[in-house]
This record gives sequence, structure tokens and C-alpha cells, in this order.
Amino acid sequence: MTGAVINKRRIAIAVARKDLTIEWNSRILVNQVAPFAAIVMVLFAFALDNDGILLRVAPGLVWLATLFSMLVVVQRSFTVESADGALDALRVAGVDMGAIFVGKAVALMVQLFVLELMLVATAVVLYGVEMTLAGFCEAIVTLVVATIGLGSVGTLYGGLAAGARGRETLLPLLLLPAVAPVLIGATRATEAAFGSGGATVSEGWPWIGLLLVFAVLFSAVGTVAFGPLVDE
Amino acid sequence: MAGQSGTGTSATRRLGILVIFLLATLALCGLWFSAEDVVQGSTVRIMYVHVPSIWTAYIAFGLTALCSGVYLSGKNRSLAWDRVAGASGEIGVLFVAVSLVTGSMWGRLTWGTYWVWDARLTSTAFLFITYVGYLAVRQLGGTHRQRARRSSVLALLAILEIPLVHFSVTLWRSLHQEATVANPNAKVELDGLMLFSLFLGLVAFTMLFAWLVLHRQRGMMLEDAFSDRGLDVAITARRNEAGA
Amino acid sequence: MDTVIELSGVVAVLGQFPALAGVDITVQRGEIVLLQGPNGAGKTSLLRVCAGLLPIERGTGQVLGIDLATNREAIRSRVGLLGHANGLYLDLTVMQNLQFWASTVAAASSEVSDAMATMRIDGRLAEVKASQLSAGQRRRCALASLIVRRAEIWLLDEPHAGLDAAGRDELDALLRSAVASGATVVLASHERDRALGLATRTVTIDGGGAA
Repeated sequence: MTGAVINKRRIAIAVARKDLTIEWNSRILVNQVAPFAAIVMVLFAFALDNDGILLRVAPGLVWLATLFSMLVVVQRSFTVESADGALDALRVAGVDMGAIFVGKAVALMVQLFVLELMLVATAVVLYGVEMTLAGFCEAIVTLVVATIGLGSVGTLYGGLAAGARGRETLLPLLLLPAVAPVLIGATRATEAAFGSGGATVSEGWPWIGLLLVFAVLFSAVGTVAFGPLVDE
Repeated sequence: MAGQSGTGTSATRRLGILVIFLLATLALCGLWFSAEDVVQGSTVRIMYVHVPSIWTAYIAFGLTALCSGVYLSGKNRSLAWDRVAGASGEIGVLFVAVSLVTGSMWGRLTWGTYWVWDARLTSTAFLFITYVGYLAVRQLGGTHRQRARRSSVLALLAILEIPLVHFSVTLWRSLHQEATVANPNAKVELDGLMLFSLFLGLVAFTMLFAWLVLHRQRGMMLEDAFSDRGLDVAITARRNEAGA
Repeated sequence: MDTVIELSGVVAVLGQFPALAGVDITVQRGEIVLLQGPNGAGKTSLLRVCAGLLPIERGTGQVLGIDLATNREAIRSRVGLLGHANGLYLDLTVMQNLQFWASTVAAASSEVSDAMATMRIDGRLAEVKASQLSAGQRRRCALASLIVRRAEIWLLDEPHAGLDAAGRDELDALLRSAVASGATVVLASHERDRALGLATRTVTIDGGGAA
């Protein structure tokens, strides 16, 4: 029993390290996704064209930009698997799918977290957001908990859509309704952290509770459901 | 495999006649015999379609989840469970669409707008999109068993997602004080005949749902049987190829 | 001799296409079996069925004593399939690819260097990204990953493709020594003369059925 757990943990770590090494070697996140997310933030500023409104909706824009970028990162995460049949090879080798899920989800979370930090910094610089120390701590907690949920559900549906024809359109159709609770919860929590629209820091914690429920549920369910969803 | 060419049996024909009778009675009660509402006037009659539709949709998605669970937990994994789940999902999407359309028409007449960001409306819209995604996954191709496993897992995931979406949307809207316009039913004083019509609507739509699911799942069974027969023909052709 | 693969009347489908239409085949431990037949005859599908990757729709089959219909997942960790795709991560170097495989099966780094030595992968090649390798080099890298994975049955789909003459000789020598140390090889190859010299037995497949 413990042997099996150690086995799975070793595989999960190997998969996560492998995905992050791929990102390190190819720099897709840094060279393409991050600039895309940043330009989305700039375009929001053009479209809304009002400092007061921007300040009030900044949290929502941060999370919308995160979701759009996430679609790209998830696609990328499974393109590297299918480009030369690597996921097939893992399956043939009988590698535990739950462990692969955990590994890929963790790698996705790390990448999303970096991206979100950059987006929050962009909001601070471009939209003139000001945070207290308590607000800053709350923002960090929100990022961590929301990212765990997003990484889990993104990997789950990314794997399902990966083998399919028309995956570019199927992934948003499945993923965006599922992450609605994260968009709502993370936006409200971030509003509290930013103090947008007169929100106070203490108003954010119930929303972080919602994000936590989402994160726990989907990371647990994903470990079980990933294999059956991805297996041919 | 069904011996006859259609998807009906004498039982479904009887059920069909009952459904027609119930719907006709509902139309009479809803449009003719029942009284107008003091505030809403004849507008209230939309309720006799709107409420039963969403009720039926919930039953449909419940049945989809139930059959998917049975499919995944069963030892022999009969594809019949998957077909009922799929048929029920399709018809559920249809009924959610009907309830969204009738709801927004009702909203236009009573609130003066087709859409409000009310918790129930918003989460119903998410419900709709979630099951459209479910139907898209059913169309992905592959063998019947691949389809069944994928879509069963997804149906159970949807059951997990929906309460979360509903809860978060409700929590979101509860922060805004305008939420009291949300519930049109609350303003309606139902007299005996109106209540009867509503109840009749629930029964009629549930029967209609049962009738549709029975036919649709038989239709799916014939589709599966047809592609299996196509497979048999192809296997024979391939064997002959080998012999040639 | 003990039987490692035993299929009877196996039908497997790709989408709605019957890739295998009733195949019977038996393979004993230590054999090198060559699958013969024209393109599209079902050789690749047969290898994928034996690897537990493609489900069987009809018929019965056992690989290493494990039932294909009920427990095909259990077969996977004990066989190695090398298909048309090499299963490499193109953005990783050769070394990083092999180390990844090694860490999934808890292989020591000495096993990685042994596999690299066997497949003539030197220190310079090890640092090249898989996307920049030639077809032959990728195949060598993929074969090295099979060694790292310690597969009992090697299911090889066109293993000679893309290898130069020296690489092919080397592959044949490697396969013979793998068999000598207890492995079994089933391969499909268009290099007919070379494969016939290598194989201990041939099986002809056509129209999805084995004759």
C-alpha cells in the first residue's frame, strides 16, 4: 500500500518536473502567453477608457485574462503529450493515470500562478490599484487557492478534449461553465484585497472558503476521473 | 433488438395517447378555464409551460446522472444505461431551452426586460451550457463503450458542478439588494383551478418526457445496432478481401 | 515453452472500421515473430491490442496470462510498444526524455547510461532536443527508453524505418540479445529480407485476419 503511494508520488513529481522542464526549454509561457495576457489587460483599458471604472473592475479583468490565458496553457500542456504519442506511450507503460493527473495539474498550477502574479502586477501598474499589507496577504491566498482549483479542472477537461477532433472549441465549452465559481469567488476575494468599490479585506474570506471547496473537490475528483476520461 | 421497424410499442402508443389527452386538457385549463392573475393578467398563463419545463429538465438531468452512475458501477456495464442517460440528457437540454425562452418572454411582460441577473436565471443558463457540452462529448466518436464511459464520467462531474455554480451565483447575487424582483411566482396568488392547472402541467410534461425518452433511447439502440450491423458487413468484406 | 500471447477470434475496431476481423495468433516466450502483410492489413492494430491499448470487441485473448477483455490495463506495465510515433517529448533533450522514463519506473541512472551505450547515444547527442534529431536518432532514443522501461514483450512497429545500415545491424543485435535474456519480440517490418533473417517465425496478416 505505502509502496503504491510512494510509486504514485514519484510519478507525479516526475511528470510535473517534466512539464516544467518543457516550459523551461521552450519558453512558450514567457514568450507568448504572458505577452498575450498583458495585451488583454491593455485592451481592457482601451475599451473601458475610464480610470474610475477600471479601478472598480480591475479584479474581474485580472481573472478574465487568467481564464483566457489558461485555455492556451491547457491546450499547450496536452499538445506536447500528443505531438509524438507520449501520453500513449505512458499509457502503454501502465503509468498510473491519477499520478499523471496530479503531476500535470501541479505543473499547470505553477505556470498559472506565475501568470496571475504578473497580471496582478499589471493591474497595480496600469490601473493604479493600491493594496494594504492585509490586502496583499489576502490576494496571495486567493491566488494560491483559486489556482489549485483552476489547475485541477483545467487538466481534467484538457485531457478529455486532447484526443478529440475540434478540441480548440470543445475545451472552452466544457471548461468555462465549470470554472464560473472560481471566476465569481476569486473576483470578489480580489475586490476585497484591492479594496475596489469600497470593499473591505474581511469581506473576502468567505469567498476564499468557496474557492477552497472548489479546489478540494476538483483535485480529488480529477485524480479519479482523469483516467477514464482520457483512456482510449 | 427491436423486431419492428419503428421505435414504438403498444405501451408507448397508449402512453402517447395519454400525453396528448393531458396536454389538451392542460391547454384548455391553462388558456381557458383558469382565471387571470390580479396583477399579471393573462401573462400568468406562461407559468403552466415554464414551471413544468424546468421541473422536467431537472428530472431529466437527474435521470442522466442516475443512469450514468449505474452504468459505471454495474459489473456488466450494459450500454442500455448509457443510451437512457444520453436520451434523457438530450431531452433535458430541450426542456431547459424551453424554460429559458418562456422565462425570458414572461420576464419581458412582467419586468419589462428579457433577462435579469437573477441567481436562478444565471445558474439555469450555466446548466444549459454544461449539458450542451455533455452532448458535444457524446458526439466525439469512437466505439460505443468509449462514448459510454466518457459521457458517464462527465455526467457525474456535471452533477458536482451544478450545485457549486448555483451556490456561488446565489452568494454573488445575495450581495445585491435588488434580488426581490427575482421570483415572479411569489407575486402570484394561486386559486384552486390555477393550482390544478400547474399540477396538471407537471404531470403532463413528466409523461411527455417519459414518452420522448422511451422513443429516443430506442432510436439510439437502433442507431447503435445499425452501426454494429455495418461493422458486421465490414468484417465480412475484410475477410473476403483476405480470401481473395 | 510457455505461451506469452494467445489470441483467438479477436475483432478490434477503430471508430467504426474493423481493423482486426477475427485474428488467431499464439506466441511463445523467446520467439521473434515477424508479422507480414500489406499496408492496412491490421499489423499495427494487432500490436496495439497485444499492448492492451486497443480494446477487443469480440473474441478472447491473453497476454502474459492476463485477460485482454477484462484486465488489459494490467498488461501495459509489462510490455513495450514502439509504434509509428516514438513517444518522445520534442521539447526535451534525449537525456531528459530518458531520465523522465527512468523516474517513472524508478530505474537507476546507471540503467539510463547502459541503455544509451547500447543505442550508441553519446554525450553530445544526449544534450540535443528531440525535435532536432533525425528520424533514426529519434528511433534510437525511443528504443533506449524501452530498455529503460524493462519491457518483457517488445511490440515493434517498423523498428527499422529511418535507421541507417549500421543502426539496423545494431538493432538486430540488440533484439537478439534481448531475446537471449528472456524477452519476446513481435515486429512488423517492411525490411522483409532483414526481418526474415532476424525472425524465428513469420505470421501473415491480411484483411484483418491472421492466416
